[in-house]
Amino acid sequence: MTIKVLGTGCPNCKRLEAHTREALGRLNLEADVEKVEDLPSIMSYGVMSTPALVIDEQVVLYGRVPSVRDLEALLQARN
Amino acid sequence: MWESIAHTIVYDWIGMNPATHTAAALQFFLHETLKIGFLLLIVTHLMGVINALFPVERVRRLIASGKLRGGEHLVAAVFGAVTPFCSCSSIPLFIGFLQGGIPLGVTFSFLITSPLVNEVALALFLGLFGWKVTLVYALSGILLGTVLGVALGKLGLERYVEDWVWEIARKKVAAASGEGSRPPVRDLARAVSREAFGIMRKIGPYVLAGVAVGAFIHGFVPTGFFERYLSPSNPLGVPISVLVAVPMYASASGVIPVVQALVAKGIPLGTAMAFMMGVVGLSLPEALILKKVMHPRLLGVFFGSVAAAIILLGYTFNLIF
Repeated sequence: MTIKVLGTGCPNCKRLEAHTREALGRLNLEADVEKVEDLPSIMSYGVMSTPALVIDEQVVLYGRVPSVRDLEALLQARN
Repeated sequence: MWESIAHTIVYDWIGMNPATHTAAALQFFLHETLKIGFLLLIVTHLMGVINALFPVERVRRLIASGKLRGGEHLVAAVFGAVTPFCSCSSIPLFIGFLQGGIPLGVTFSFLITSPLVNEVALALFLGLFGWKVTLVYALSGILLGTVLGVALGKLGLERYVEDWVWEIARKKVAAASGEGSRPPVRDLARAVSREAFGIMRKIGPYVLAGVAVGAFIHGFVPTGFFERYLSPSNPLGVPISVLVAVPMYASASGVIPVVQALVAKGIPLGTAMAFMMGVVGLSLPEALILKKVMHPRLLGVFFGSVAAAIILLGYTFNLIF
């Protein structure tokens, strides 16, 4: 699973990354987590509000920071 | 209702002397905190529902559809007022709108009202200034966005937007699928609520700090203190306060309660509202972010015209109120 967290560096984006890593840890899942901060790359996914979460090159959510539990459910479904 | 609760706590339970400054300050603090907390709860939930039903993608599709026939600026401004504004989203949003084929002027309408009119500011205005002032604030914010968007759109400023923005915009990327942003319907209520409480937790400290400062001013600063410097008869009061406000970045939540207290002590309401619009609507961090997508000249025109419009509004408010 390749995970990308899209965001330009504001607190929300950092929280999404932190929640994602924590969710992965709790589920004991292996995944590459990459933070994407440069705008052209972020825009190439067609996202209009950051932060956004991309799993295996598919945008799964944007514009909000879900709880760790919701992320766990999301990641588990994708696995 | 909140006033009597605060009254009971300060004078009956704690037993303070009503004549003291501290009692007045404490009563104000408790009264306003309770009232604002309640209003914030309602407004954040309401906005959450609206945003769940009308996510940005749907707004963009609606505006780009051509069905609005000239009303695009107004609609963009209205949605700017209703959607939450995270300044880090301003660029993706800016580019996203252009990508969707929306003209620069309409995009500006959204970009202007978005930070200016937001649910937190409205809740605070409601609690501290009453619904009439709140309505005037919201409507003038939307008007400002609409009119300026139209005006700026006519200036042919597209060439001052950085080239790479247009390159990305040209690549018609399929919008991120709608279901990615919205949680399934049965979880909607829970998600809206969690988001609303999240917002309250985030701004809570600022509101409390602002109300505390406001309470201090209410209790300890004599009325009429500021009249010497900022009375309506001083014509420079409005421009000066706006020019001071623009580079400032303070969360609306902290500033509004303080300004309300200042108004109670003699600052004209129009000047105060102009000040708040300057603080909330334009800021140095936002300028730095937008500089990445616009040439300095466009940024200058953008900020300059919004500041000028706010000054104009300030004078108008001073006349009405």
